[in-house]
Amino acid sequence: MTQIAPVSADASPGTAPALAVEHVGAVLGGRQVLHDVSFALGAGELAGLIGSNGAGKTTLLRVILGLQAQSVGVVRIGGQAPGRRASGVGYVPQKFELDPDLPVRARDLVALGIDGNRFGIPLPSRRRRELVQAMLRAVDAERFADARVGELSGGEQQRVLIAHALIQRPRVLLLDEPLASLDLRSEHEVVALLARLAREQRIAVLISAHDVNPLLPAMDRVVYLAGGRAAVGRTDEVIRAEVLSELYGHHVDVLHLHGRVIVVAGPGGEQGSDLTLAHAHGTDLEVSP
Amino acid sequence: MVNAWTVGGIVAVIAGLVGFFVVLRGSAFAAHAVPNGSFAGAAGAVWLNINVLAGLGAFALLGAAGIGWLGHRDRQDVATALTLVLLLGLGALFLSFTAESAPAAYSLLFGEILGVSNNQLVPTLGLAAGCVALIAFLYRPLLLSSVLSELGEVRGIPRQALELAFLACIALATTMTVPVVGTTLIFSLMIGAPAAARSFAGTPGRALVLSVAIAVAIVWLAIAAAYQLDLPVGFFVGVLSGAAYAIGRAWAAWRGSSARRSARLPASDGGPNDPASAGAFGGS
Ligand SMILES: Nc1ncnc2c1ncn2[C@@H]1O[C@H](COP(=O)(O)OP(=O)(O)OP(=O)(O)O)[C@@H](O)[C@H]1O
Ligand SMILES: [Mg+2]
Repeated sequence: MTQIAPVSADASPGTAPALAVEHVGAVLGGRQVLHDVSFALGAGELAGLIGSNGAGKTTLLRVILGLQAQSVGVVRIGGQAPGRRASGVGYVPQKFELDPDLPVRARDLVALGIDGNRFGIPLPSRRRRELVQAMLRAVDAERFADARVGELSGGEQQRVLIAHALIQRPRVLLLDEPLASLDLRSEHEVVALLARLAREQRIAVLISAHDVNPLLPAMDRVVYLAGGRAAVGRTDEVIRAEVLSELYGHHVDVLHLHGRVIVVAGPGGEQGSDLTLAHAHGTDLEVSP
Repeated sequence: MVNAWTVGGIVAVIAGLVGFFVVLRGSAFAAHAVPNGSFAGAAGAVWLNINVLAGLGAFALLGAAGIGWLGHRDRQDVATALTLVLLLGLGALFLSFTAESAPAAYSLLFGEILGVSNNQLVPTLGLAAGCVALIAFLYRPLLLSSVLSELGEVRGIPRQALELAFLACIALATTMTVPVVGTTLIFSLMIGAPAAARSFAGTPGRALVLSVAIAVAIVWLAIAAAYQLDLPVGFFVGVLSGAAYAIGRAWAAWRGSSARRSARLPASDGGPNDPASAGAFGGS
Protein backbone atom coordinates (compact mmCIF):
# COMPACT_ATOMS: atom_id res chain seq x y z
CA MET A 1 0.00 0.00 0.00
CA THR A 2 1.21 3.46 -0.76
CA GLN A 3 1.99 5.88 1.99
CA ILE A 4 -0.50 8.67 2.36
CA ALA A 5 0.79 12.16 2.64
CA PRO A 6 -1.30 14.42 4.85
CA VAL A 7 -3.28 16.96 2.90
CA SER A 8 -3.84 20.36 4.35
CA ALA A 9 -7.15 22.13 4.28
CA ASP A 10 -8.32 24.74 1.86
CA ALA A 11 -7.04 27.63 3.90
CA SER A 12 -7.71 30.31 1.33
CA PRO A 13 -9.52 33.16 3.07
CA GLY A 14 -13.09 33.78 2.08
CA THR A 15 -13.96 30.16 1.32
CA ALA A 16 -16.17 28.62 3.96
CA PRO A 17 -15.00 25.32 5.43
CA ALA A 18 -16.76 22.20 4.18
CA LEU A 19 -17.91 21.43 7.69
CA ALA A 20 -18.09 23.83 10.61
CA VAL A 21 -19.35 22.78 14.03
CA GLU A 22 -19.85 25.82 16.24
CA HIS A 23 -20.39 25.61 20.00
CA VAL A 24 -22.58 22.55 19.71
CA GLY A 25 -24.12 21.08 22.81
CA ALA A 26 -26.48 18.12 23.00
CA VAL A 27 -28.67 16.72 25.75
CA LEU A 28 -29.83 13.11 25.63
CA GLY A 29 -32.19 11.67 28.20
CA GLY A 30 -31.55 14.65 30.48
CA ARG A 31 -27.77 14.22 30.29
CA GLN A 32 -25.42 16.73 28.71
CA VAL A 33 -23.69 14.43 26.21
CA LEU A 34 -21.88 17.13 24.23
CA HIS A 35 -20.62 20.39 25.61
CA ASP A 36 -19.49 23.35 23.51
CA VAL A 37 -17.89 21.35 20.70
CA SER A 38 -16.35 23.46 17.94
CA PHE A 39 -14.19 22.56 14.98
CA ALA A 40 -13.98 23.06 11.23
CA LEU A 41 -12.87 20.85 8.38
CA GLY A 42 -11.78 22.00 4.96
CA ALA A 43 -12.39 20.27 1.65
CA GLY A 44 -9.92 17.44 1.16
CA GLU A 45 -9.20 17.15 4.85
CA LEU A 46 -9.43 13.96 6.86
CA ALA A 47 -10.06 14.08 10.57
CA GLY A 48 -10.43 11.48 13.28
CA LEU A 49 -13.18 11.77 15.85
CA ILE A 50 -11.61 9.94 18.76
CA GLY A 51 -13.22 8.98 22.03
CA SER A 52 -13.95 5.99 24.23
CA ASN A 53 -17.31 4.24 24.41
CA GLY A 54 -20.04 6.67 25.34
CA ALA A 55 -17.88 9.72 24.68
CA GLY A 56 -20.52 11.10 22.31
CA LYS A 57 -19.07 10.26 18.89
CA THR A 58 -22.27 8.88 17.41
CA THR A 59 -24.26 11.70 18.98
CA LEU A 60 -22.03 14.32 17.37
CA LEU A 61 -22.30 12.65 13.97
CA ARG A 62 -26.08 12.47 14.29
CA VAL A 63 -26.19 16.16 15.15
CA ILE A 64 -24.14 16.97 12.04
CA LEU A 65 -26.53 14.83 9.97
CA GLY A 66 -29.54 16.60 11.40
CA LEU A 67 -30.92 13.35 12.84
CA GLN A 68 -30.44 14.59 16.39
CA ALA A 69 -31.24 18.11 17.48
CA GLN A 70 -28.52 20.00 19.32
CA SER A 71 -29.47 22.01 22.38
CA VAL A 72 -27.20 24.88 21.39
CA GLY A 73 -24.84 25.76 18.55
CA VAL A 74 -24.88 25.48 14.78
CA VAL A 75 -23.59 23.11 12.17
CA ARG A 76 -22.71 24.55 8.77
CA ILE A 77 -22.10 22.57 5.63
CA GLY A 78 -20.18 24.61 3.07
CA GLY A 79 -20.99 27.71 5.09
CA GLN A 80 -24.72 27.11 5.18
CA ALA A 81 -26.82 25.86 8.04
CA PRO A 82 -28.59 22.86 6.54
CA GLY A 83 -32.32 22.37 6.87
CA ARG A 84 -33.71 19.26 8.41
CA ARG A 85 -32.35 17.24 5.53
CA ALA A 86 -28.62 17.14 5.62
CA SER A 87 -28.00 17.00 1.91
CA GLY A 88 -24.35 17.40 1.15
CA VAL A 89 -23.46 14.97 3.91
CA GLY A 90 -22.73 11.32 3.27
CA TYR A 91 -22.91 8.84 6.13
CA VAL A 92 -21.77 5.32 6.87
CA PRO A 93 -23.47 4.12 10.07
CA GLN A 94 -21.73 2.40 12.96
CA LYS A 95 -23.27 -1.02 13.10
CA PHE A 96 -25.26 -2.51 10.34
CA GLU A 97 -26.41 -5.94 9.45
CA LEU A 98 -27.46 -6.73 5.93
CA ASP A 99 -29.67 -9.73 5.29
CA PRO A 100 -27.76 -12.21 3.07
CA ASP A 101 -30.99 -13.04 1.23
CA LEU A 102 -31.60 -9.44 0.23
CA PRO A 103 -32.00 -9.36 -3.56
CA VAL A 104 -29.83 -6.26 -3.82
CA ARG A 105 -26.42 -6.26 -5.48
CA ALA A 106 -23.62 -3.97 -4.44
CA ARG A 107 -24.23 -1.92 -7.57
CA ASP A 108 -27.94 -1.59 -6.80
CA LEU A 109 -27.16 -0.17 -3.39
CA VAL A 110 -24.68 2.29 -4.88
CA ALA A 111 -27.29 3.35 -7.46
CA LEU A 112 -29.75 4.00 -4.63
CA GLY A 113 -27.23 6.57 -3.41
CA ILE A 114 -28.06 8.68 -6.45
CA ASP A 115 -31.79 8.95 -5.97
CA GLY A 116 -32.96 6.49 -3.33
CA ASN A 117 -35.03 9.21 -1.72
CA ARG A 118 -37.00 10.04 -4.87
CA PHE A 119 -40.44 8.73 -5.62
CA GLY A 120 -41.36 6.59 -8.58
CA ILE A 121 -39.51 3.86 -10.43
CA PRO A 122 -36.01 4.71 -11.70
CA LEU A 123 -35.48 4.60 -15.43
CA PRO A 124 -32.33 2.74 -16.35
CA SER A 125 -29.94 4.96 -18.24
CA ARG A 126 -26.43 4.64 -19.53
CA ARG A 127 -25.26 7.70 -17.63
CA ARG A 128 -26.57 6.20 -14.41
CA ARG A 129 -24.83 2.89 -15.06
CA GLU A 130 -21.55 4.58 -15.83
CA LEU A 131 -21.75 6.76 -12.76
CA VAL A 132 -22.28 3.70 -10.58
CA GLN A 133 -19.44 1.86 -12.28
CA ALA A 134 -17.07 4.80 -11.80
CA MET A 135 -17.97 5.02 -8.13
CA LEU A 136 -17.46 1.27 -7.65
CA ARG A 137 -14.06 1.64 -9.27
CA ALA A 138 -13.18 4.57 -7.02
CA VAL A 139 -13.67 2.44 -3.91
CA ASP A 140 -12.11 -0.73 -5.37
CA ALA A 141 -15.41 -2.57 -5.29
CA GLU A 142 -15.70 -3.56 -8.93
CA ARG A 143 -14.82 -7.19 -8.37
CA PHE A 144 -17.81 -7.77 -6.08
CA ALA A 145 -20.18 -5.31 -7.73
CA ASP A 146 -22.59 -8.06 -8.78
CA ALA A 147 -22.65 -9.97 -5.51
CA ARG A 148 -25.52 -9.57 -3.07
CA VAL A 149 -24.58 -6.95 -0.49
CA GLY A 150 -25.61 -9.18 2.40
CA GLU A 151 -23.17 -11.87 1.29
CA LEU A 152 -20.12 -9.59 1.25
CA SER A 153 -17.59 -9.42 4.06
CA GLY A 154 -17.70 -6.55 6.54
CA GLY A 155 -14.86 -4.70 4.82
CA GLU A 156 -16.45 -5.15 1.40
CA GLN A 157 -19.81 -3.89 2.67
CA GLN A 158 -17.98 -0.91 4.13
CA ARG A 159 -16.66 -0.02 0.68
CA VAL A 160 -20.09 -0.36 -0.91
CA LEU A 161 -21.62 1.93 1.71
CA ILE A 162 -18.84 4.45 1.14
CA ALA A 163 -19.63 4.40 -2.58
CA HIS A 164 -23.34 4.73 -1.81
CA ALA A 165 -22.62 7.78 0.33
CA LEU A 166 -20.20 9.39 -2.11
CA ILE A 167 -22.14 9.03 -5.35
CA GLN A 168 -24.27 12.08 -4.55
CA ARG A 169 -21.02 14.08 -4.30
CA PRO A 170 -21.36 15.32 -0.73
CA ARG A 171 -19.04 17.94 0.72
CA VAL A 172 -18.71 15.97 3.89
CA LEU A 173 -18.44 12.25 4.55
CA LEU A 174 -19.06 10.93 8.06
CA LEU A 175 -18.12 7.40 9.04
CA ASP A 176 -19.05 5.99 12.42
CA GLU A 177 -16.43 3.49 13.61
CA PRO A 178 -15.76 2.08 10.15
CA LEU A 179 -12.73 0.20 11.46
CA ALA A 180 -14.46 -1.51 14.37
CA SER A 181 -14.94 -4.93 12.82
CA LEU A 182 -12.01 -5.01 10.42
CA ASP A 183 -8.76 -6.92 10.62
CA LEU A 184 -5.48 -5.01 10.48
CA ARG A 185 -5.08 -5.31 6.78
CA SER A 186 -8.61 -4.18 5.85
CA GLU A 187 -8.29 -1.44 8.44
CA HIS A 188 -5.23 -0.13 6.66
CA GLU A 189 -6.90 -0.43 3.26
CA VAL A 190 -10.04 1.42 4.31
CA VAL A 191 -8.02 4.24 5.88
CA ALA A 192 -5.87 4.55 2.76
CA LEU A 193 -8.99 4.53 0.59
CA LEU A 194 -10.63 7.28 2.64
CA ALA A 195 -7.50 9.41 2.56
CA ARG A 196 -7.33 9.03 -1.21
CA LEU A 197 -11.03 9.84 -1.64
CA ALA A 198 -10.74 12.93 0.56
CA ARG A 199 -7.86 14.17 -1.56
CA GLU A 200 -9.19 13.22 -5.00
CA GLN A 201 -12.81 14.20 -4.51
CA ARG A 202 -12.12 17.21 -2.31
CA ILE A 203 -14.43 16.15 0.48
CA ALA A 204 -14.03 16.59 4.20
CA VAL A 205 -13.93 13.17 5.85
CA LEU A 206 -14.65 12.67 9.54
CA ILE A 207 -14.01 9.18 10.90
CA SER A 208 -14.98 8.18 14.40
CA ALA A 209 -12.82 5.62 16.20
CA HIS A 210 -11.97 4.64 19.72
CA ASP A 211 -8.34 3.99 18.82
CA VAL A 212 -6.30 6.75 17.28
CA ASN A 213 -3.55 4.54 15.87
CA PRO A 214 -5.03 3.23 12.62
CA LEU A 215 -5.80 6.80 11.60
CA LEU A 216 -2.41 8.28 12.48
CA PRO A 217 -0.84 8.01 9.02
CA ALA A 218 -3.81 9.60 7.26
CA MET A 219 -5.20 12.11 9.70
CA ASP A 220 -4.84 15.86 9.17
CA ARG A 221 -6.66 16.76 12.35
CA VAL A 222 -8.11 15.12 15.37
CA VAL A 223 -11.27 15.90 17.28
CA TYR A 224 -10.74 14.23 20.64
CA LEU A 225 -13.89 13.73 22.72
CA ALA A 226 -13.93 13.03 26.44
CA GLY A 227 -16.65 13.79 28.94
CA GLY A 228 -18.64 15.55 26.22
CA ARG A 229 -15.87 18.11 25.58
CA ALA A 230 -13.57 18.19 22.61
CA ALA A 231 -9.91 18.99 22.05
CA VAL A 232 -9.24 19.87 18.44
CA GLY A 233 -6.13 20.37 16.38
CA ARG A 234 -3.31 18.62 14.56
CA THR A 235 -2.54 15.17 15.92
CA ASP A 236 0.74 16.25 17.52
CA GLU A 237 -0.98 19.25 19.10
CA VAL A 238 -3.81 17.28 20.67
CA ILE A 239 -2.43 13.86 21.55
CA ARG A 240 -0.24 15.27 24.30
CA ALA A 241 -0.27 14.63 28.02
CA GLU A 242 -1.07 18.24 28.96
CA VAL A 243 -3.96 18.62 26.52
CA LEU A 244 -5.58 15.27 27.23
CA SER A 245 -5.08 15.60 31.00
CA GLU A 246 -6.97 18.86 30.88
CA LEU A 247 -9.69 17.31 28.72
CA TYR A 248 -10.15 14.28 30.95
CA GLY A 249 -9.85 16.36 34.09
CA HIS A 250 -7.16 14.14 35.54
CA HIS A 251 -3.63 13.18 34.70
CA VAL A 252 -3.04 10.99 31.68
CA ASP A 253 0.17 9.91 30.00
CA VAL A 254 0.75 9.67 26.28
CA LEU A 255 3.22 6.95 25.47
CA HIS A 256 4.88 6.50 22.12
CA LEU A 257 5.78 2.94 21.37
CA HIS A 258 7.07 1.71 18.00
CA GLY A 259 5.24 4.49 16.22
CA ARG A 260 2.02 3.81 18.12
CA VAL A 261 0.37 6.17 20.53
CA ILE A 262 -0.98 4.86 23.78
CA VAL A 263 -3.05 7.00 26.10
CA VAL A 264 -3.16 5.72 29.66
CA ALA A 265 -4.36 7.06 32.98
CA GLY A 266 -1.41 8.47 34.86
CA PRO A 267 -0.51 7.60 38.46
CA GLY A 268 -2.63 10.43 39.81
CA GLY A 269 -5.65 9.50 37.72
CA GLU A 270 -8.77 8.36 39.54
CA GLN A 271 -9.27 4.82 38.27
CA GLY A 272 -9.29 5.95 34.66
CA SER A 273 -9.65 2.35 33.58
CA ASP A 274 -12.14 3.22 30.86
CA LEU A 275 -9.51 5.41 29.35
CA THR A 276 -6.88 2.73 29.44
CA LEU A 277 -9.20 0.18 27.92
CA ALA A 278 -10.37 2.52 25.24
CA HIS A 279 -6.97 3.21 23.83
CA ALA A 280 -4.75 0.32 24.61
CA HIS A 281 -5.57 -2.83 22.71
CA GLY A 282 -4.23 -6.29 23.18
CA THR A 283 -0.56 -6.24 24.05
CA ASP A 284 -0.67 -2.51 24.75
CA LEU A 285 -2.53 -3.30 27.93
CA GLU A 286 0.75 -4.35 29.52
CA VAL A 287 1.86 -0.75 29.41
CA SER A 288 -0.88 0.51 31.69
CA PRO A 289 0.22 1.20 35.27
CA MET B 1 -64.96 -19.60 -13.53
CA VAL B 2 -63.61 -16.99 -15.93
CA ASN B 3 -64.04 -14.45 -13.16
CA ALA B 4 -62.07 -16.66 -10.83
CA TRP B 5 -59.11 -16.67 -13.20
CA THR B 6 -59.22 -12.91 -13.69
CA VAL B 7 -59.76 -11.91 -10.10
CA GLY B 8 -57.35 -14.56 -8.87
CA GLY B 9 -54.72 -13.19 -11.22
CA ILE B 10 -55.22 -9.62 -9.99
CA VAL B 11 -55.07 -10.74 -6.37
CA ALA B 12 -51.86 -12.62 -7.06
CA VAL B 13 -50.22 -9.63 -8.73
CA ILE B 14 -50.96 -7.49 -5.69
CA ALA B 15 -49.85 -10.16 -3.23
CA GLY B 16 -46.59 -10.66 -5.12
CA LEU B 17 -45.95 -6.92 -5.31
CA VAL B 18 -46.77 -5.91 -1.75
CA GLY B 19 -45.37 -9.18 -0.41
CA PHE B 20 -42.00 -8.42 -2.00
CA PHE B 21 -41.56 -5.48 0.37
CA VAL B 22 -43.21 -7.33 3.25
CA VAL B 23 -40.47 -9.95 3.06
CA LEU B 24 -37.70 -7.42 2.44
CA ARG B 25 -38.69 -5.28 5.40
CA GLY B 26 -39.40 -8.16 7.73
CA SER B 27 -43.03 -7.09 8.12
CA ALA B 28 -44.52 -10.58 7.92
CA PHE B 29 -46.23 -10.20 11.29
CA ALA B 30 -47.94 -6.99 10.18
CA ALA B 31 -48.99 -8.70 6.96
CA HIS B 32 -50.55 -11.39 9.10
CA ALA B 33 -52.19 -9.01 11.57
CA VAL B 34 -53.82 -6.58 9.12
CA PRO B 35 -55.83 -9.18 7.14
CA ASN B 36 -56.80 -11.09 10.27
CA GLY B 37 -57.78 -7.91 12.07
CA SER B 38 -59.81 -6.73 9.08
CA PHE B 39 -61.91 -9.86 9.54
CA ALA B 40 -63.47 -8.04 12.51
CA GLY B 41 -64.55 -5.27 10.16
CA ALA B 42 -66.25 -7.76 7.88
CA ALA B 43 -68.03 -9.35 10.83
CA GLY B 44 -69.13 -5.89 11.94
CA ALA B 45 -70.40 -5.10 8.46
CA VAL B 46 -72.43 -8.32 8.37
CA TRP B 47 -73.93 -7.43 11.74
CA LEU B 48 -74.79 -3.86 10.68
CA ASN B 49 -75.89 -5.11 7.30
CA ILE B 50 -73.61 -2.78 5.35
CA ASN B 51 -71.14 -3.43 2.55
CA VAL B 52 -68.62 -6.05 3.65
CA LEU B 53 -65.85 -4.48 1.57
CA ALA B 54 -66.33 -1.18 3.41
CA GLY B 55 -66.07 -2.92 6.77
CA LEU B 56 -62.98 -4.79 5.67
CA GLY B 57 -61.32 -1.65 4.34
CA ALA B 58 -62.10 0.40 7.42
CA PHE B 59 -60.68 -2.20 9.78
CA ALA B 60 -57.66 -2.91 7.59
CA LEU B 61 -56.78 0.79 7.70
CA LEU B 62 -57.54 0.89 11.41
CA GLY B 63 -55.17 -2.02 11.96
CA ALA B 64 -52.46 -0.37 9.85
CA ALA B 65 -52.84 2.91 11.70
CA GLY B 66 -52.79 1.12 15.05
CA ILE B 67 -49.59 -0.74 14.22
CA GLY B 68 -47.98 2.44 12.91
CA TRP B 69 -49.09 4.56 15.84
CA LEU B 70 -48.18 2.07 18.57
CA GLY B 71 -44.99 1.25 16.67
CA HIS B 72 -43.57 4.69 17.51
CA ARG B 73 -43.98 3.95 21.18
CA ASP B 74 -43.14 0.32 21.45
CA ARG B 75 -41.37 -2.45 19.60
CA GLN B 76 -42.90 -3.24 16.23
CA ASP B 77 -43.84 -6.82 17.11
CA VAL B 78 -45.44 -5.81 20.40
CA ALA B 79 -47.38 -3.02 18.68
CA THR B 80 -48.55 -5.42 15.98
CA ALA B 81 -49.62 -8.07 18.47
CA LEU B 82 -51.55 -5.55 20.57
CA THR B 83 -53.38 -4.22 17.54
CA LEU B 84 -54.24 -7.72 16.37
CA VAL B 85 -55.51 -8.73 19.80
CA LEU B 86 -57.75 -5.66 19.99
CA LEU B 87 -59.22 -6.22 16.55
CA LEU B 88 -59.76 -9.93 17.15
CA GLY B 89 -61.60 -9.11 20.35
CA LEU B 90 -63.90 -6.78 18.46
CA GLY B 91 -64.37 -9.46 15.79
CA ALA B 92 -65.45 -12.00 18.41
CA LEU B 93 -67.96 -9.51 19.74
CA PHE B 94 -69.43 -8.73 16.31
CA LEU B 95 -69.64 -12.42 15.45
CA SER B 96 -71.59 -13.12 18.63
CA PHE B 97 -74.24 -10.67 17.43
CA THR B 98 -74.57 -12.43 14.10
CA ALA B 99 -74.44 -16.11 14.95
CA GLU B 100 -76.68 -17.05 12.04
CA SER B 101 -74.28 -15.72 9.39
CA ALA B 102 -71.30 -17.77 10.55
CA PRO B 103 -70.85 -19.34 7.08
CA ALA B 104 -70.32 -15.87 5.59
CA ALA B 105 -67.65 -15.18 8.17
CA TYR B 106 -66.05 -18.56 7.51
CA SER B 107 -65.79 -17.74 3.82
CA LEU B 108 -63.78 -14.64 4.75
CA LEU B 109 -61.16 -16.79 6.39
CA PHE B 110 -60.57 -18.87 3.29
CA GLY B 111 -62.28 -16.85 0.57
CA GLU B 112 -64.57 -18.06 -2.16
CA ILE B 113 -62.64 -17.53 -5.30
CA LEU B 114 -64.70 -19.97 -7.33
CA GLY B 115 -67.81 -18.00 -6.54
CA VAL B 116 -66.48 -14.58 -7.57
CA SER B 117 -69.23 -12.58 -9.18
CA ASN B 118 -69.13 -9.93 -11.88
CA ASN B 119 -69.80 -7.06 -9.53
CA GLN B 120 -66.67 -7.90 -7.54
CA LEU B 121 -64.49 -7.34 -10.58
CA VAL B 122 -64.63 -3.55 -10.68
CA PRO B 123 -63.84 -2.78 -7.03
CA THR B 124 -61.05 -5.36 -7.06
CA LEU B 125 -59.54 -3.78 -10.15
CA GLY B 126 -59.83 -0.28 -8.70
CA LEU B 127 -58.18 -1.19 -5.41
CA ALA B 128 -55.49 -3.11 -7.29
CA ALA B 129 -54.67 -0.08 -9.42
CA GLY B 130 -54.41 2.09 -6.32
CA CYS B 131 -52.13 -0.41 -4.66
CA VAL B 132 -49.83 -0.73 -7.69
CA ALA B 133 -49.61 3.05 -8.00
CA LEU B 134 -48.72 3.46 -4.32
CA ILE B 135 -45.99 0.80 -4.46
CA ALA B 136 -44.55 2.27 -7.66
CA PHE B 137 -44.53 5.71 -6.08
CA LEU B 138 -42.76 4.52 -2.94
CA TYR B 139 -40.47 2.04 -4.71
CA ARG B 140 -37.08 3.65 -4.12
CA PRO B 141 -37.55 4.90 -0.56
CA LEU B 142 -39.04 1.52 0.40
CA LEU B 143 -36.12 -0.33 -1.14
CA LEU B 144 -33.46 1.90 0.40
CA SER B 145 -34.96 1.80 3.87
CA SER B 146 -35.44 -1.96 3.61
CA VAL B 147 -31.71 -2.40 3.03
CA LEU B 148 -30.73 -0.16 5.95
CA SER B 149 -33.23 2.23 7.46
CA GLU B 150 -30.52 4.67 8.59
CA LEU B 151 -29.46 5.20 4.98
CA GLY B 152 -32.98 6.28 4.16
CA GLU B 153 -33.13 8.58 7.16
CA VAL B 154 -29.96 10.48 6.26
CA ARG B 155 -31.41 11.03 2.80
CA GLY B 156 -34.40 12.72 4.37
CA ILE B 157 -36.86 9.84 4.18
CA PRO B 158 -39.06 10.09 7.28
CA ARG B 159 -38.96 6.59 8.74
CA GLN B 160 -42.34 6.63 10.44
CA ALA B 161 -44.28 8.24 7.60
CA LEU B 162 -42.86 5.69 5.19
CA GLU B 163 -43.73 2.81 7.48
CA LEU B 164 -47.27 4.13 7.78
CA ALA B 165 -47.60 4.49 4.00
CA PHE B 166 -46.41 0.93 3.58
CA LEU B 167 -48.89 -0.34 6.16
CA ALA B 168 -51.55 1.46 4.14
CA CYS B 169 -50.40 -0.56 1.09
CA ILE B 170 -50.89 -3.74 3.11
CA ALA B 171 -54.34 -2.52 4.16
CA LEU B 172 -55.31 -1.78 0.54
CA ALA B 173 -54.07 -5.16 -0.60
CA THR B 174 -55.98 -6.80 2.24
CA THR B 175 -59.25 -5.07 1.42
CA MET B 176 -59.25 -6.23 -2.17
CA THR B 177 -57.88 -9.70 -1.65
CA VAL B 178 -59.59 -10.96 1.49
CA PRO B 179 -63.07 -11.38 -0.04
CA VAL B 180 -61.50 -13.42 -2.81
CA VAL B 181 -58.87 -15.60 -1.16
CA GLY B 182 -59.51 -14.97 2.51
CA THR B 183 -57.34 -13.69 5.34
CA THR B 184 -55.34 -16.88 5.74
CA LEU B 185 -54.46 -17.35 2.11
CA ILE B 186 -53.50 -13.80 1.28
CA PHE B 187 -50.92 -14.12 4.02
CA SER B 188 -49.39 -17.30 2.65
CA LEU B 189 -49.35 -15.80 -0.84
CA MET B 190 -47.73 -12.58 0.38
CA ILE B 191 -44.90 -14.46 2.05
CA GLY B 192 -44.36 -17.64 0.04
CA ALA B 193 -44.00 -16.16 -3.44
CA PRO B 194 -41.63 -13.25 -2.62
CA ALA B 195 -39.56 -15.34 -0.22
CA ALA B 196 -39.02 -17.85 -3.02
CA ALA B 197 -38.35 -15.12 -5.60
CA ARG B 198 -35.51 -13.51 -3.65
CA SER B 199 -33.70 -16.84 -3.59
CA PHE B 200 -33.77 -17.07 -7.38
CA ALA B 201 -33.22 -13.45 -8.41
CA GLY B 202 -30.44 -11.29 -7.02
CA THR B 203 -31.57 -7.86 -8.15
CA PRO B 204 -34.54 -5.95 -6.81
CA GLY B 205 -36.28 -5.50 -10.16
CA ARG B 206 -36.00 -9.13 -11.18
CA ALA B 207 -36.96 -10.42 -7.75
CA LEU B 208 -40.04 -8.21 -7.78
CA VAL B 209 -41.18 -9.41 -11.21
CA LEU B 210 -40.47 -13.02 -10.28
CA SER B 211 -42.40 -12.62 -7.04
CA VAL B 212 -45.45 -11.50 -8.99
CA ALA B 213 -45.01 -14.31 -11.53
CA ILE B 214 -44.73 -16.99 -8.84
CA ALA B 215 -47.80 -15.64 -7.03
CA VAL B 216 -49.85 -15.71 -10.25
CA ALA B 217 -48.67 -19.23 -11.04
CA ILE B 218 -49.60 -20.42 -7.54
CA VAL B 219 -53.08 -18.95 -7.71
CA TRP B 220 -53.89 -20.23 -11.19
CA LEU B 221 -52.52 -23.68 -10.44
CA ALA B 222 -54.50 -23.72 -7.21
CA ILE B 223 -57.73 -22.76 -8.98
CA ALA B 224 -57.22 -25.39 -11.64
CA ALA B 225 -56.40 -28.08 -9.10
CA ALA B 226 -59.29 -27.13 -6.84
CA TYR B 227 -61.70 -27.25 -9.75
CA GLN B 228 -60.39 -30.59 -10.99
CA LEU B 229 -60.17 -32.36 -7.65
CA ASP B 230 -63.01 -30.56 -5.90
CA LEU B 231 -60.85 -29.63 -2.94
CA PRO B 232 -60.55 -26.18 -1.31
CA VAL B 233 -58.50 -23.59 -3.22
CA GLY B 234 -56.94 -22.56 0.07
CA PHE B 235 -55.34 -25.94 0.52
CA PHE B 236 -53.54 -25.65 -2.80
CA VAL B 237 -52.51 -22.03 -2.31
CA GLY B 238 -50.97 -22.89 1.05
CA VAL B 239 -49.20 -26.01 -0.16
CA LEU B 240 -47.92 -24.42 -3.37
CA SER B 241 -46.65 -21.34 -1.48
CA GLY B 242 -44.77 -23.60 0.90
CA ALA B 243 -43.41 -25.63 -2.01
CA ALA B 244 -42.22 -22.53 -3.86
CA TYR B 245 -40.40 -21.38 -0.75
CA ALA B 246 -38.78 -24.80 -0.23
CA ILE B 247 -37.56 -24.92 -3.82
CA GLY B 248 -36.19 -21.39 -3.45
CA ARG B 249 -34.24 -22.34 -0.33
CA ALA B 250 -32.85 -25.45 -1.97
CA TRP B 251 -31.76 -23.36 -4.95
CA ALA B 252 -30.11 -20.77 -2.69
CA ALA B 253 -28.25 -23.49 -0.80
CA TRP B 254 -27.04 -25.05 -4.04
CA ARG B 255 -26.01 -21.68 -5.43
CA GLY B 256 -24.17 -20.84 -2.21
CA SER B 257 -22.22 -24.07 -2.12
CA SER B 258 -21.30 -23.96 -5.81
CA ALA B 259 -20.20 -20.32 -5.49
CA ARG B 260 -17.97 -21.21 -2.56
CA ARG B 261 -16.48 -24.09 -4.52
CA SER B 262 -15.76 -22.08 -7.64
CA ALA B 263 -14.46 -18.79 -6.33
CA ARG B 264 -13.71 -17.02 -3.15
CA LEU B 265 -11.35 -19.30 -1.30
CA PRO B 266 -8.93 -16.58 -0.16
CA ALA B 267 -11.49 -13.80 -0.06
CA SER B 268 -10.00 -12.12 2.99
CA ASP B 269 -6.40 -12.31 1.75
CA GLY B 270 -6.98 -11.22 -1.80
CA GLY B 271 -6.76 -7.47 -1.72
CA PRO B 272 -7.48 -5.39 -4.79
CA ASN B 273 -3.80 -5.19 -5.62
CA ASP B 274 -3.20 -8.84 -5.25
CA PRO B 275 -2.51 -10.21 -8.73
CA ALA B 276 -3.75 -13.67 -7.79
CA SER B 277 -7.15 -12.43 -6.70
CA ALA B 278 -7.36 -9.95 -9.54
CA GLY B 279 -7.08 -12.95 -11.85
CA ALA B 280 -9.63 -14.95 -9.94
CA PHE B 281 -12.22 -12.19 -10.01
CA GLY B 282 -11.24 -10.56 -13.25
CA GLY B 283 -13.59 -12.61 -15.40
CA SER B 284 -16.80 -11.65 -13.64
N1 LIG C 1 -31.28 7.96 23.26
C1 LIG C 1 -30.48 8.22 24.31
N2 LIG C 1 -31.00 8.58 25.51
C2 LIG C 1 -30.20 8.84 26.57
N3 LIG C 1 -28.87 8.77 26.53
C3 LIG C 1 -28.29 8.42 25.38
C4 LIG C 1 -29.06 8.12 24.20
N4 LIG C 1 -28.22 7.80 23.21
C5 LIG C 1 -26.98 7.88 23.74
N5 LIG C 1 -27.03 8.27 25.02
C6 LIG C 1 -25.87 8.49 25.90
O1 LIG C 1 -25.06 9.44 25.31
C7 LIG C 1 -23.70 9.13 25.51
C8 LIG C 1 -22.96 9.19 24.19
O2 LIG C 1 -23.42 8.16 23.38
P1 LIG C 1 -22.81 7.92 21.94
O3 LIG C 1 -23.59 6.81 21.32
O4 LIG C 1 -22.74 9.19 21.22
O5 LIG C 1 -21.34 7.44 22.31
P2 LIG C 1 -20.21 6.89 21.32
O6 LIG C 1 -19.02 7.74 21.55
O7 LIG C 1 -20.71 6.77 19.94
O8 LIG C 1 -19.93 5.47 21.96
P3 LIG C 1 -19.52 4.08 21.24
O9 LIG C 1 -18.05 4.11 21.04
O10 LIG C 1 -19.90 3.06 22.27
O11 LIG C 1 -20.30 3.96 19.98
C9 LIG C 1 -23.66 7.77 26.18
O12 LIG C 1 -23.34 7.95 27.53
C10 LIG C 1 -25.06 7.24 26.04
O13 LIG C 1 -25.41 6.53 27.19
MG1 LIG D 1 -21.05 5.24 18.64
